[in-house]
Amino acid sequence: MPEKLLTRYIHEPDQADITTYIRRGGYEAARRALRELTPEQIIEMVDQAGLRGRGGAGFPTGRKWRFVPKHAPVKYVVVNADEGEPGTFKDRTLMERDPHQLLEGIILASYAIGAHKAFIYLRGEFYGARRQLQRAIAQATERGFLGRNIFGSDFSLDVVLHTGAGAYIAGEETALLESLEGKRAMPRLKPPYFPAVMGLYSQPTALNNVETLCHVTQIVRHGPEWYKEQGPPVLFSVSGHVARPGLYELPLGIPLRELIFSHAGGIRGGRRFKACFPGGSSSMLLVEEHLDVPMDYESLARVGSMLGSGAVIVMDETTCMVKVIARAVEFYRDESCGKCTPCREGTVWLSQIFDRILQGRGRREDLDLLESIARNMTGTCFCPLGESVPPSLRASLLYFHDEYEAHIRTGRCNVLQPV
Amino acid sequence: MDRERRLSEKAREEIRRLQGLYPQARSALLPALFVAQGEEGYLSEEALEEVAELFDLPLSEVASVASFYTLFHRRPVGRHVIHFCTNLSCMLNGAEEILAHLCRRLGIQPGETTRDGLFTVKKAECLAACDIAPMMLVDEEVYGNLTPQKVDEILGKYREEGSG
Ligand SMILES: Cc1cc2nc3c(=O)[nH]c(=O)nc-3n(C[C@H](O)[C@H](O)[C@H](O)COP(=O)(O)O)c2cc1C
Ligand code: SF4
Ligand code: FES
Repeated sequence: MPEKLLTRYIHEPDQADITTYIRRGGYEAARRALRELTPEQIIEMVDQAGLRGRGGAGFPTGRKWRFVPKHAPVKYVVVNADEGEPGTFKDRTLMERDPHQLLEGIILASYAIGAHKAFIYLRGEFYGARRQLQRAIAQATERGFLGRNIFGSDFSLDVVLHTGAGAYIAGEETALLESLEGKRAMPRLKPPYFPAVMGLYSQPTALNNVETLCHVTQIVRHGPEWYKEQGPPVLFSVSGHVARPGLYELPLGIPLRELIFSHAGGIRGGRRFKACFPGGSSSMLLVEEHLDVPMDYESLARVGSMLGSGAVIVMDETTCMVKVIARAVEFYRDESCGKCTPCREGTVWLSQIFDRILQGRGRREDLDLLESIARNMTGTCFCPLGESVPPSLRASLLYFHDEYEAHIRTGRCNVLQPV
Repeated sequence: MDRERRLSEKAREEIRRLQGLYPQARSALLPALFVAQGEEGYLSEEALEEVAELFDLPLSEVASVASFYTLFHRRPVGRHVIHFCTNLSCMLNGAEEILAHLCRRLGIQPGETTRDGLFTVKKAECLAACDIAPMMLVDEEVYGNLTPQKVDEILGKYREEGSG
């Protein structure tokens, strides 16, 4: 059985305290790195570990760091702690339960790219995480682990905790930078604004997710070889109709079936599995025939979905799929930043059609209309928010066509009543 | 010159301190708006104007930024703000019925404030606590695995505090 690395101590109430964190081996990796390793060696370790970003896009972390120009005079590290993908609760948990693991990762990342200032963009609603991070930053500063000449080295780093104010789109990296600059959180055009080259205040910026940086801590602490032997590990947030919802640290590639049925206790109340989102509500819906898919980047891409943020939302046989997709569409409608037409208008139209279907006023041609709006949004949205709507919508029209039809024909939901 | 200020001297100082944390002061705009909101419980036009002055920005710009984010209130809210999650995992676990129960108990609809000014209820998107769905946030506290009874207890607790 592989060991838990990131979540090993999250159930220990004293882990958030720096003394306990240090007693359990904390900050040793950062101390050793700053004294004995070159920035290049750290990036090398992250590469060897095969780490890919855990914010959703899965981009190789080492490669991203190498895009940051070595000799730029001013560089930044920005932590994406805006966790808002429906179904995802790993970052908040990591920050509340083990905030120093993240701070240590921030030190390592900053040293690796040569940044002396780091910003944590924390979701505004995360009051508990804010309290823990504030305390952790104060404790680390007091010990000389942050600030000037960290661990007696000539490396200095300031960490600023910044709070967002409620906007899912602020989690998108370029929108996050806009927001951090005090503006509306609207995505920037890419290229040229890849944050690594041109990020915060137009300076090179390594922008990473909370979980990603916690992996970095573990990679440097244990070495990439041993880290890889433990999976490599990934955090799965499992919720919905399972017997044991929760955070599961398991090897990348674990079959979906095993995750749901062995680890999360299977479907609650002995009911049947119906469908799930495997990587947050932005990942394409999967059904029973996909249960044996390994939960890794390539396998999920092969079935048209994605590992995303690792949030598995499970639905049992009593679930009305029309309602589920309607709710997801409503989320993207409300969170659309309004910058581009296909997303801004498309989500509104879709929502109107769903509303009338759910209110029993659906028309026969509505299904074709849904399909055609989905088609028109595909590949035409400015950022991935809009693009994440069509895949699940179309999957639901394919796998649960009968449910849509029944809604339109009878004017009500027939899922619970066997016909 | 003599118009009454909405922001206390303490709030102004805090905003100036925040501006100093960033390479560009404008980055402190969202944090500053939170400070301003802390003064009156919401962002009045006058408060926005004073923030705009502190940032040397036009009022329209500051108002437009504030309106983009859901945590900024442009109208007065109740003493306690309840963010009730209605997103997928919570919905699958019965959030709708619990929210209806909460609203019935308070005699209001989502988005409204109780007559006594004690509670405002807002529908919220996923608050990253889906493992304890259905859940809600009351001010800064998370309450999960909600049932109608649990909601009643929680409301009772805040009412007692309010009258005590
Ligand atoms: C609409 C949208 C929302 C996103 N929300 C988040 C988020 O809350 N947290 C996060 O880390 N990444 C989020 N991302 C992904 C980021 O854009 C970015 O890829 C990530 O933060 C990079 O860090 P990583 O390489 O460590 O994963 C979001 C992307 C999109 C398009
Ligand atoms: S796809 Fe949606 S969220 Fe993204 S830029 Fe367009 S309108 Fe904004
Ligand atoms: S869906 Fe309610 S907390 Fe995530």
